[in-house]
Amino acid sequence: MKTLFTLAFVFFSGISAFSQDTHATESQLKQLPSVNLKDMNGKSVNTAAIGVDGPIIISFWATWCAPCKKELNTIHELYEDWQAETGVTLVAVSIDDEKTKSQVPVYVNGKAWDYMVLMDPNGDFKRAMGVNNVPHTFLVDKDGNIVYSHNNYAPGDEEKLYKELLHLSGK
Amino acid sequence: MNKLLLAASGLFITFLSFAQGSLTGNIESTFQYLNADSIIDAKQPAEKGLINSYMNVFYTQGNFKAGMRLESYLPRIQGYPNRFDGTGIGMRYIGYTNGFVDVTLGSFYEQFGTGLAFRAYEDRALGYDNMMDGARIIVRPTSGLVIKGVYAYQRLSFQGGNIIHGDGIVRGIDGEFHLNEGLKKMKDFPLDVVLGASFVSKYQEDNNPDLILPQNVGTYGGRMKLRYKNFYGDIEYVQKEQDPSSDNNYIYNYGHASVFNVSYTRKGLGILVSGKSVDNMSYRSDRTKDLQDVFVNYLPSLNKTHTYNLVATLYPYATQPLGEVAYQTDVLYTIKKGTKLGGKYGTTIGGNFSTTYQPTHSTNGINPLDSTGVTYVCRPFQASDSMYWQDINFNITKKFNKKFSTILSFYSIKINNDVVKISNDASGIIHANIGVAEFAYKFNSKHSLRTEIQGLFVEKEAGAIKDKGNWATLLVEYSISPGWFFSFMNQYNYGNPDVAKRVNYPILTCGYIRDATRFTVSYGRQRAGLFCVGGVCRFVPASNGLTLSFTQSF
Repeated sequence: MKTLFTLAFVFFSGISAFSQDTHATESQLKQLPSVNLKDMNGKSVNTAAIGVDGPIIISFWATWCAPCKKELNTIHELYEDWQAETGVTLVAVSIDDEKTKSQVPVYVNGKAWDYMVLMDPNGDFKRAMGVNNVPHTFLVDKDGNIVYSHNNYAPGDEEKLYKELLHLSGK
Repeated sequence: MNKLLLAASGLFITFLSFAQGSLTGNIESTFQYLNADSIIDAKQPAEKGLINSYMNVFYTQGNFKAGMRLESYLPRIQGYPNRFDGTGIGMRYIGYTNGFVDVTLGSFYEQFGTGLAFRAYEDRALGYDNMMDGARIIVRPTSGLVIKGVYAYQRLSFQGGNIIHGDGIVRGIDGEFHLNEGLKKMKDFPLDVVLGASFVSKYQEDNNPDLILPQNVGTYGGRMKLRYKNFYGDIEYVQKEQDPSSDNNYIYNYGHASVFNVSYTRKGLGILVSGKSVDNMSYRSDRTKDLQDVFVNYLPSLNKTHTYNLVATLYPYATQPLGEVAYQTDVLYTIKKGTKLGGKYGTTIGGNFSTTYQPTHSTNGINPLDSTGVTYVCRPFQASDSMYWQDINFNITKKFNKKFSTILSFYSIKINNDVVKISNDASGIIHANIGVAEFAYKFNSKHSLRTEIQGLFVEKEAGAIKDKGNWATLLVEYSISPGWFFSFMNQYNYGNPDVAKRVNYPILTCGYIRDATRFTVSYGRQRAGLFCVGGVCRFVPASNGLTLSFTQSF
C-alpha cells in the first residue's frame, strides 16, 4: 500500500512539474481526448477527429435528464442562426446506457434535432472528459482545444455559451 | 520492491517532464452532517459527519495513456455500499493505442454488444463498480471490424483503501463487423448491416464439498443490427452454460438472455418497440455473491427511466436476473409549429408503455430432484400470466411564448411487491397513479422560475389503503444564469394509513456553478427510497441534515 502511495505521489508531482513548464498557455488548453464512439446510425466516430470544420459544441445528455433536454431543445431553436453566424456543429453525446439507449433516436427524431448524435453507452467518453454529471457542455475550437465548459443548465446559460462562441469565432 | 518501483516512477517522471501531453479528469466530494430524527426513523451515525471523495486523472501523450482514481470514504455517506472504506487508489492503468491496436494493463471498463454477456461499468453516484483489473486488447484490423479481448479479475469492493478482487477470473473475446464500412461492395448499399459475436468465460475454483460445480462457465452469443431508410432493428441472443450459484439456488440449468428493438423514426416522429427475455442469467465472477456484486454482465430493465421525484424513487423496477419476459413501446411526436395545435414552437406528445411478466417454467418430464440438477425448461419469450411490472405514461410539452412553457405528465404504474420487493408495508400488486404539472417562467435573460406539482395516488384494495398511501410534492426552483440556483422541495405523505407517519419532508438546496466547478448545499429531510441510475438501484435510508457537495472537471 505504502508503495502505491509513493507511486501516486511521484506520479502527481511528475504531472504538476510537467504542467508548470514554459508552455503554460498551451498546456492550459485541454485537447479533446480520443475515444471511439458510434453515431446513431452505427457509424464509427473518433472523438479526436470528429471531421467537421469550425467550432464544436459538445453537450453530454441523456433521455432521463430533464435539464439536458431543456438545454438542447432551447439551442435547437437557435441552432440555424448559430450555424450561419459561426459555422458551429453541435455534437450531442448521449450517455444513455443499454436500458434507454434505444429511446435516443426516438427522442432525437421526435424532436427533429439537427445535431450530430454520438452514443456513449458505457461512459468511456464521459470519463475521459472528466464529466461528473449531466448536463455538461464544452466548447471546442477548430484545432480540438477545449476553450470553455459549463456544468448544469439554467435558462439563459445558452446566451453565455453563444457569447463564448462568438468570441471564439472572432465576432 | 519499493526501490524498484521508485526507480520506475522516477523514469516515468523524467519521461513526463519532457513530454507534451494532455491531462483530463474530475473531482467529486460529498459531505453529510446528519441529525437524528425519530419521526422519519433517521439515525445519527456515531461519527456525525460522513464524506465520500474521488478524483480521476487521465493522461495521454501521443500513443501513450495512463490514468488513476483515488478514492476516499471517511466514512462513506449514507446508503452507500458498506464495503467502501479508507483512502487509496481505486483504479489505475497504463496503455498504448494507435489506429490499429489499443492495449490496456490495469483497470478498465468495457462492454460487449448490449452487455448481456459482458459489461464492466461504474456509477460512482450509486457506488456501483464492477471494474476489470487485468489486461485488454482492442484490434481494428480493417475499417469496420473491431475485435476485443479481455482477461481480468473484477473489483468486488474497496476496503482499507485497497481494491478487493472477486474470487473468479473473467476472460472474453468479442468481434463486431460493420459490413458497410468494411466491404467496398456494401459501401453505398441501402441496407446497413452490423454483425457481432462474443464469448465470455469465468473461472472459479470449486470449493463446495457437497456439489460438483463447473469451474469454468461460458456465455456466448451473437447479434445483428439492420437499418433500412427510416427503419431500424437489432437483436442479440446469448446463452449461458450451467452455472449453479446462490442466486439460482445451485441448479444446473442453462440460461439465456435476448433483447430486440424495432424502430421507425423521421423528423418529428419516433416509434420504438422492444422485447426482452431472460432466464437464469445472473452471471457473476463469484457464484456466492449477491446484490450488485461482481456481475459480469448487464441485464437492463425494459422501461423508461423517469425523472420526477415521486415517479423515479418510490416504485422503480429493476430486472429480475432469474427470469422475466418484457415488452416496451415508446412514441414521441411533435405537432408542427405554425399549426393550430402546434402553436408557435410546436407541441410534443410522448407515450410509453412497458410491461414485464414471469416466464413460463415447464416441468413436464423433468424430475427436479434427479442427478442432472435441471429443474425446469424455459423457452425464450414464453411469458406466464404472473405480472411483475406495468407502466403506462404520457406527457405533453408545450411552449406558449418566449417566457412560459409547461410539461404535463401522467403515469400509471403497477409493481408486484412480492417479487420486486420495494416496500415492507405491502403485499401483492401496488398500483399507483401519478400526475405531474411542471411550469417554467423566464423573467429575463438571466432569471427564471420553475415549479413542479406532483401527486401520487395509490389505488385502494378492498377499501384499505395500500403501502404508504398518497403523496404530494411541491418543488420551486429559482435560477440566475449562469451561476446560481435556489430550490425548495417538500414531499408530504398525507395519505399514510398510519396518521403518525403523515410526515413532511422539506429540503432547501442552493447551488453555485462557475464553468466546470459546482458547489451545492442542501439542508432538510430526505425520505427513504430507491436511488436508481440506468436501472441499477440502491436503497437510501431516510435522513435529516446537511449535505455539501463539490464537483470539478479539468
